[in-house]
Amino acid sequence: MSAEELTRRVIGVIAKTHRVSPETITPETTFQELGMDSLDAVNVLFALEEEFNVNIPDEDAREIRTVRQVIEGIARLLAAGSQGGAQPLGEQAT
Amino acid sequence: MKRRVVVTGIGVISALGHNSTQFWARLSAGVSGIGPIQSVDCSQFRFRNGAEVRDFRPQDHFEEREMDFLDRFAQFAVVAAREAVRDAAVEWNGGLRRRTAVVTGSCVGGQTTEDAAFAEVYRDGRSRVHPMTIPRIMANAGASQISLELGVTGPVFTVSTACSSANHAIGQAFWMVRDGVADLAITGGSEAPFSFGNLKAWEALRVVSPDTCRPFSKGRRGMILGEGAAMLVLEPLEAARARGARIYAELVGFGMSSDAYHITQPSVEGPVQAMDAALEDAGLEPEAVGYINAHGTGTQANDPTESAAIRAVFGPHADRLAVSSTKSMHGHTLGAAGAIEAAATVLALRHGLLPPTANFLEPDPECDLDVVPNQARRAEVEYALSNSFAFGGLNAVLAFRRWDG
Repeated sequence: MSAEELTRRVIGVIAKTHRVSPETITPETTFQELGMDSLDAVNVLFALEEEFNVNIPDEDAREIRTVRQVIEGIARLLAAGSQGGAQPLGEQAT
Repeated sequence: MKRRVVVTGIGVISALGHNSTQFWARLSAGVSGIGPIQSVDCSQFRFRNGAEVRDFRPQDHFEEREMDFLDRFAQFAVVAAREAVRDAAVEWNGGLRRRTAVVTGSCVGGQTTEDAAFAEVYRDGRSRVHPMTIPRIMANAGASQISLELGVTGPVFTVSTACSSANHAIGQAFWMVRDGVADLAITGGSEAPFSFGNLKAWEALRVVSPDTCRPFSKGRRGMILGEGAAMLVLEPLEAARARGARIYAELVGFGMSSDAYHITQPSVEGPVQAMDAALEDAGLEPEAVGYINAHGTGTQANDPTESAAIRAVFGPHADRLAVSSTKSMHGHTLGAAGAIEAAATVLALRHGLLPPTANFLEPDPECDLDVVPNQARRAEVEYALSNSFAFGGLNAVLAFRRWDG
């Protein structure tokens, strides 16, 4: 996935989950600017985990303030996953 | 000094309609809301019928964001509370918000959400559930949302005592207003028990009827599950008078007891003690009571036991009492039952019209009371009781008085 594609998809997920237009979001946008409280943020993180099939650790989740941090974090998790570091959905529960 | 407490607002959503006007119109006409269950595929169940709230569109009542964290049972609670508060024309101010209580009952809370979420992880092998699952499941979700929406900051809590939940809740709210702990209360109960897992659990108990709910009738085959909510607005008589509020009825007594007998089998003694306690709390002689809205589930066990308990409390006066079970129309709504039946009782007193026991076939000698079969009856009753007896042996009884102005 290209960096542009990843950015577009992350913004798309945030926009859909938080019910705002994707045009209002750039990588520099902060969660605070989007009016997100902590509960809104866990909703967005859940949607991102579903979209990209990754598990975002709680420690990382607490650090996230901007959309860029999200994009970079997802990119790291996807890279780790492609090296066999992340488990596909469904296997952990069996 | 104890204050007199009156009911000034009513909100109901049930199988009989989405507001208290529809509720009373159908209840007093003896129309049953029981029909084939639509929200769950019951083709492999031993029962097919329930009393569901039909054509409920959450988006007509809530923004998408609110729907995210409100399970169906909490949505019902909020819809009923909004109607009750609007009906009472409450005049809010900062002081009143601090002095207002919200006390709700619920038996199973947001279990529709719980059932779906757990199916995802157990059955579908998914690794995560939606983050709103916990806020949706919590049994106090309805009470909390009512508090949030109205800015009410006084005592707010939820009582869970199975089928007596709402009566216990209303009783607590009543005593808080009576004793000056709160100056207004929004109180009742809500329930949404229709999920595959929960219905399977009820099926296993073998108490749900394969046809309909026929309380106190020969040929009764069990209870019918229902869903919905009802909320009452309670306030001190003097405050209601001062603001010129319409008064539906006076709430005069509350009594509770525990059977300490069996986890599911009903006893005679526990309900007797609770009815006696309600009468004592109201300062009433049994002969003053003219109507009882019975617990009347339509099970083999409940109805004869409740009949015997009523005879034990009222003696010969039991033959002059009208007793009906409106569960024959709105189903057994578990943690909402006491609230929906309190609304029925209050409206019966106000309109001088006793709602019937619907679906009645023929008298059962074991339930030898006047159960107002199938047809509502004109009767100017001054005092009425509303009974709730729960699994776990927990009993709660409310006593109301007609308001003559």
